[in-house]
Amino acid sequence: MADNLPETPLLNELEKGAWPSFVKEIKMAAKRSPMCQDLLGQLEQSYREKIGYWKHGGIVGVMGYGGGVIGRYSALPDKYPKVSHFHTMRINQPAGWYYTSKALRDICDIWEKRGSGLTNMHGSTGDIILLGTTTDQLEPTFEDLSKIDFDIGGSGSDLRTPSCCCGMSRCEWACYDTMALTYDLTMHYQDELHRPAFPYKFKFKMSGCPNDCVASIARADMSIIGTWRDDIQVDQDAVREYADKGLDITSDVVNNCPSKCMDWDGKELHIDNSFCVRCMHCINVMPKALRPGKDRGATILIGSKAPIIEGAFLSSVLFPFIKIEPPYSKIKDTVDKMWDVWCEEGKNRERIGEFIQRVGLGNFLEAIEIDPVPEMVAHPRENPYVFYEEYFEEGDDDEEEEES
Amino acid sequence: MAKSVEEIAEAMFNLVKEAGSQKKLKPMDLTKSMIQMFGDEVDKKICKEAIKQLINSGRCVYTYFGGSFIELPHREGAAND
Repeated sequence: MADNLPETPLLNELEKGAWPSFVKEIKMAAKRSPMCQDLLGQLEQSYREKIGYWKHGGIVGVMGYGGGVIGRYSALPDKYPKVSHFHTMRINQPAGWYYTSKALRDICDIWEKRGSGLTNMHGSTGDIILLGTTTDQLEPTFEDLSKIDFDIGGSGSDLRTPSCCCGMSRCEWACYDTMALTYDLTMHYQDELHRPAFPYKFKFKMSGCPNDCVASIARADMSIIGTWRDDIQVDQDAVREYADKGLDITSDVVNNCPSKCMDWDGKELHIDNSFCVRCMHCINVMPKALRPGKDRGATILIGSKAPIIEGAFLSSVLFPFIKIEPPYSKIKDTVDKMWDVWCEEGKNRERIGEFIQRVGLGNFLEAIEIDPVPEMVAHPRENPYVFYEEYFEEGDDDEEEEES
Repeated sequence: MAKSVEEIAEAMFNLVKEAGSQKKLKPMDLTKSMIQMFGDEVDKKICKEAIKQLINSGRCVYTYFGGSFIELPHREGAAND
């Protein structure tokens, strides 16, 4: 079968160099998969002619589900019949992306039998991405995956597969159990994950600390980022040890603090925690000496997205600090209220961040019954979404008019 | 008297059928139409159940064209044989 590989002079350029190459991987898969041979042919033609030859399919899926399968058809089915159908399946990854080697082998065995054998581990949503299969193989693949306890993830206008960092399982900075929350939200919102009912997609991403390793602040409609509300734990002996070993604490730590909340006198590191913005810089530089505080929880932010309809948004604060403990009732109650108002009033393809910008955060907060607090700002120290109506008595405006 | 899931599913199915290829309906469009049609006899929860029944029975399918919609099963234009 290896002799059937098409000539690919342009793709071959992408095999050069020491780095991994997707072309090498596709060629390797093409030794066993006719689908991958045609994929190489079509891709080479696309590179040569600078035209993408894929058509978007909008109907394919498995019975009862509205997400998790992204339809793709070749625009050149006569020339490349093996990729006439080349659908993608998104598979719900385990929280923290932990697998046994057996689970991975089982997934790959299924995919070599039912699809092209090509995968993305993992897609930017966090899911396992299985690339390339035909419509008639979707249900059997779903059935095979169900037998090894894997389920399809989200796509379309639904809850996308929740994802998180490895949290407490491997990271010393985790301020809450990201994996437990991810698992709980995934199980609790199965209907929303599989049955698209929103104006557009909605993503939860859980980060255990402000380092935000899953970049939730830039990508998630609801970012749940671990933090603490007491003081940074300082081991002064360990700080001095860093200094003795050559770390320039003034230059590399103190001067890089965004809120200038610390001072180093050569013997002790003093931190004014009331000014700390939890950026993690000092902790990252001196991990043996500094640790997050002991009173830990998370900041919940809302509204980030990549640019599709509108430009890119970063999340803004919804809850400055919240304890993250099962059964996570406050989070779920808030989410339900948010979805209710967004589904009712949101336009087609309007992310919740865009919706909030359109209706105003003040109106949104009122609808979901949350009082505004000073931390809810679009940018620090400007444009506060705080209303001062309570400082004015009814009729104040009339009196001012009469006086003038 | 509250409407049953079956009655709502039937009314939703008729709406989807009438819309045909002229207008794509989202689940919330169907829910809002049911509330407009039946008033207090329905709520969002029962509408969600009715949509689930429509999809699980295969009478309607979810489709995606820039957003997710509910339509009658049909062969899409992009599909290859």
